[in-house]
Amino acid sequence: MSTTDTPVSRRLAGVKRILVVLAGKGGVGKSSVSAQLALCLHKAGKRVGVLDIDLTGPSVPRMLGLDGNGVHQSSMGWVPVYADGSTARLACMSVGFLLKRREDSVVWRGPKKNAMIRQFLSDVAWGQLDYLIIDTPPGTSDEHLSMMEHLAPVADRMSAIIVTTPQAVALADAAKCLSFTRAVSLPVLGLIENMSGYVCPCCGEVSNVFSTGGGQEMARREGLTFLGSLPVDTELVTLLDAAEGAQADVSVEDQQAEFPLLHRYERTASFKLFHQAIGTLLQAPEAQLGASSGP
Amino acid sequence: MIAIHPPEATKLVPSNAPEHCPGTESEQAGKADACAGCPNQEICATAPKGPDPAITHVTTRMSSVRRKILVLSGKGGVGKSTFTAQLGWALSADPDVQAGIMDIDICGPSMPTMLGIQRETVHASGAGWSPISVTDNLCAISVGCMLASPADAVMWRGPRKNGLVAQFLKDVDWGALDYLLVDTPPGTSDEHLSVVNLLKEAGIDGAVLLTTPQEVALQDVRREIDFCRKVGVRMLGIVENMAGFVCPSCKGESVIFKPTTGGAERLAKETGIELLGRVPLDPRIGKCADYGENFLDEFPDSPASKAFVQIIDRIKQLVDEQ
Repeated sequence: MSTTDTPVSRRLAGVKRILVVLAGKGGVGKSSVSAQLALCLHKAGKRVGVLDIDLTGPSVPRMLGLDGNGVHQSSMGWVPVYADGSTARLACMSVGFLLKRREDSVVWRGPKKNAMIRQFLSDVAWGQLDYLIIDTPPGTSDEHLSMMEHLAPVADRMSAIIVTTPQAVALADAAKCLSFTRAVSLPVLGLIENMSGYVCPCCGEVSNVFSTGGGQEMARREGLTFLGSLPVDTELVTLLDAAEGAQADVSVEDQQAEFPLLHRYERTASFKLFHQAIGTLLQAPEAQLGASSGP
Repeated sequence: MIAIHPPEATKLVPSNAPEHCPGTESEQAGKADACAGCPNQEICATAPKGPDPAITHVTTRMSSVRRKILVLSGKGGVGKSTFTAQLGWALSADPDVQAGIMDIDICGPSMPTMLGIQRETVHASGAGWSPISVTDNLCAISVGCMLASPADAVMWRGPRKNGLVAQFLKDVDWGALDYLLVDTPPGTSDEHLSVVNLLKEAGIDGAVLLTTPQEVALQDVRREIDFCRKVGVRMLGIVENMAGFVCPSCKGESVIFKPTTGGAERLAKETGIELLGRVPLDPRIGKCADYGENFLDEFPDSPASKAFVQIIDRIKQLVDEQ
């Protein structure tokens, strides 16, 4: 078997672009950026897959409202869970779908995590995808190294988005994350500054809860594209946190929409900002993204 | 449907082992029926059995440490390091108390920034690695103080991380300590298993679980509770961080991270674990953390400081009543 023909490369032959969402620090919004990225790309008519390789703390199922779903085996491989029902353009896979009870912990050391990631990459029947978004855990360790190793045959289709918050502690970890991408030669599409300011609902005063401007400064210093800053949006927090819990305020129109989550997301303030932030990414022809597009 | 089996928390199994591998530390290692044909069979059969010899060294080193407290959370960015730093400062406010902080978040160490020691480096002496002094009676060790450049990424797989955790536990010359606080990375993986295993004999006095009010964070904390129960670590209680936000200009309180499923209060009730308290979000906490300042000293009037002090008093009470 040559190095370019592996079970992973064969499985991902129908995937045009792979976007890796990295952060270094935990809790800065990797999963929420991954979810928003998926929703925006879906909105643009793309076929999207989200792979959650945060094995000990999977958040993507909750954010896409897929808690409690299970994974089934077909003759083609593992069937991902679709967030948009019958349209089947937003596929999702996470270790969260494999747990019997949601409070079960996955207490695994490196080698088992490596095996799980290999299985995710080689056994999930994604079909044809325009984008595969990979949501990663914090740090630069087993999961990241395993992912890079197994994806080596398709490395020319990969690029990364780095998420940070404006605090010094998060920026320090983002810098480590950038060193990681350079060490493994992973091109970086750009940097997103999340949780940049909070608008007080009573008086409209903008508080820089987690400071501000640090992301832009880092992008300038490191020569990265600054994709934009996203303020703290309580509406979005609630939407992504309680995909089923907030049913009370869901209008009839929402329920009738083809993809209720996207319908509601489009009305949040974050949607416009995020849409702008990734505008370049959506418009850029495949070639500009440094891609050799899929077959 | 595909599902993963409940993991056995402390069994060590090589990646290329057969399905029913008894684990490398088991008495059956190399001798069980499942071992036939395994490439590691011979190593397992001949290797010395019994607990990791490092445990003895750790136990000797830790004999001069009175209380060992872990700060855990399944989720990242909920305030583990901030809380650890506050706890360290609050404990060392008493000049007769010696406190130490061990940062075992190897890929994303935050302690150096939060304690303002990012320019210091760890030195080795005859007695071991000398921890870095933050104040007269507060010292700390972190991988962040051992890197050539702060931007260097530590791209290590599990075994190397475990090696460093073991070194932190057995080779750091803490001297006599009243409290050792261990700040952990997010998740339930190598670092957590190692620290729990190695402190098995020295004993862990308890773990404090941090969370924020949203369900995405609570989900991960439930997993951490499951982990603590599996490995038998006593949980002192849960701290809900970032609960509510007080606008500095209008003093109006609003909720940034909405407790859509009842927050930590309900989690505490469901699991029978004490809710130690709730700390509101104060933008000045983040500022202090970025500049390595002591928030409790700088802003003693903040509602967050009051909450911190109450929680810390309760923790002291809990570990001392044992």
